[in-house]
Amino acid sequence: MPLKRKIKELQKRRQEVLLGGGEKAIEKQIAMGKLTARERIRKILDDDSFHEYDLFVEHEARDFNMDKKILHGDGVIIGTGTIYGEPVCIFAQDFTVAGGSLGMMHARKITKIMDHALKMRMPLIGINDSGGARIQEGVNSLAGYGEIFFRNTLSSGVIPQISVILGPCAGGAVYSPALTDFVFVVDKISKMFITGPEVIKTVLGEEITMEDLGGAHVHSEISGNAHFYAESEEECFEQIKKLITFIPRNNMQKPRTFETREPKSDYQIEKIVQGDPTQPYDVRDVVRAIVDDSDFFEIQEKWARNLVIGFGRMGGRTVGFVCNQPLVLAGVLDVDSSDKAARFIRYCDAFNIPIVTLVDLPGYLPGADQEHAGVIRHGAKVLYAYSEATVPKMTVILRKAYGGGYIAMSSRHLRADFVFAWPTAEIAVMGPEGAANIIFRKEISEAKDPDKMRKQKVKEYKEKFANPYVAAAKGYIDSVIEPEETRKLLLHAIEVSASKAISGPKKKHGVPPF
Amino acid sequence: MNKDKTKQKKVRFKSLVIEGTKYRTHFTRKFENRKPWIPENPLHILSFIPGMILKVFVSEGQKVREGQDLLILEAMKMKNRIKSPLDGKIKAVNVKEGEKVPRDLLLIELDVATE
Repeated sequence: MPLKRKIKELQKRRQEVLLGGGEKAIEKQIAMGKLTARERIRKILDDDSFHEYDLFVEHEARDFNMDKKILHGDGVIIGTGTIYGEPVCIFAQDFTVAGGSLGMMHARKITKIMDHALKMRMPLIGINDSGGARIQEGVNSLAGYGEIFFRNTLSSGVIPQISVILGPCAGGAVYSPALTDFVFVVDKISKMFITGPEVIKTVLGEEITMEDLGGAHVHSEISGNAHFYAESEEECFEQIKKLITFIPRNNMQKPRTFETREPKSDYQIEKIVQGDPTQPYDVRDVVRAIVDDSDFFEIQEKWARNLVIGFGRMGGRTVGFVCNQPLVLAGVLDVDSSDKAARFIRYCDAFNIPIVTLVDLPGYLPGADQEHAGVIRHGAKVLYAYSEATVPKMTVILRKAYGGGYIAMSSRHLRADFVFAWPTAEIAVMGPEGAANIIFRKEISEAKDPDKMRKQKVKEYKEKFANPYVAAAKGYIDSVIEPEETRKLLLHAIEVSASKAISGPKKKHGVPPF
Repeated sequence: MNKDKTKQKKVRFKSLVIEGTKYRTHFTRKFENRKPWIPENPLHILSFIPGMILKVFVSEGQKVREGQDLLILEAMKMKNRIKSPLDGKIKAVNVKEGEKVPRDLLLIELDVATE
């Protein structure tokens, strides 16, 4: 008899805690257009795979009458589960319990699951939906954040870390997502900022809405803090699940391999790309023409669109793509696109994902705003990231590759393993117009008809240097290939570089131009 | 594919010139909203931060010396004393005490001393 009673008691206790902040608070959460923390976990993970820890944890706050308050689970749910059979650690802040505010025990639960993820070398998914620090717990709450940030940093490059912003995430709290690999936001639900609209109004007198300050659009288009944007929570969960299929469990493993699938016939390279390097095309269609099933999973789709990054599979294996996008700003490198490329290259390198770089850029974006924003410092990140990366690096030069842009985009000189060029490639110190103007300045200015002379000299320069053969003659590129051969050769390159092993000089760590 | 192509032809591209070559391409909102660089005018005293004018020490026509206090701009709970960058004369005072100002507002215009 006592055994049954004790089990009954457990069931009763569980029932109570599982309701979180209670039915009223849950109704409020739903009225805000949000799912509950438990619902979110259930929808992200495989059916019935969630195992919860620390269900009965209680807060320890004593001041401000907090000792009389019961906060179920202290406002956060932690545990383990699987996504398509892949194990993951997960935590979800429960807004129905004291607004998901972070107190000492709340933080301790999060750090417990973080420690577990790092120890077991498995991905961590964090769902953020919190009013911020629990003011009543004072400095203990700050300590909690610090402990989380420290673990985010320690785990960086060891296990994949994913942050999902499904509610407010304000003040210091934003720095945990910022330290993780991928940040997901949902329209109208996600709000991220360091100082909120009220503070901005009182201090600076500027009025701005939460949405305009730190909504999903802001972070996916303007700030670049978010990597994935979704219209609904359900769409967001599908994105998370898809991402998990592309990345490995930890830095000692490779991503899961899938069956090889041919690209769809809708995508024909020769119909996508025009030979004239001044004409635009969507480089994502080129990627779709060469990846398995034409399935390209783009990252940071709306931000710094002049450069495209994302995952695809070739021969069933995950590949990271870094591509100049001639459709937007002619594909130039600038402050934002450099940041975008560099971070992604380092991610791929940390997690054993080969990098394919598709090159078609006229160089760097000119302008005082770019120079003053530090395009030197930001541009250097791309050089650093490519040079540092030891995963297989395959480069395909589609059309123009001029000047510093040529060097930066995974050139032979930064130790690309394979460099292919299409016959349309123009590998030169600068664009033909610019080069001819400098080299033939005298002839042009002294000619009877300078304009005619300029045109003639540009033509001469184009014929002589605007091609892949000068670079091929020096061995800077390995082969000039037909566009239709691209997939076949990349598959071969990925195959033969699977056992790549190189190591640089011993160091504690480099000092990249962060 | 063919359908896409006819659609693409309707799209209006802009041109971006880099090193003398004109490229047909789209712009980003950020690129279109970029601010052109304007050289700093030492005769224009701008608010370097949004805030409130706590005190105005000078008036129109008054002669000022380099380093002389012109006004106090209170922002972020700090009282910033804005000083004259040169010897000169006050051409115009565009703000009053107690006025809230945005960033980069022209507060005071100076004239170079003529003597």
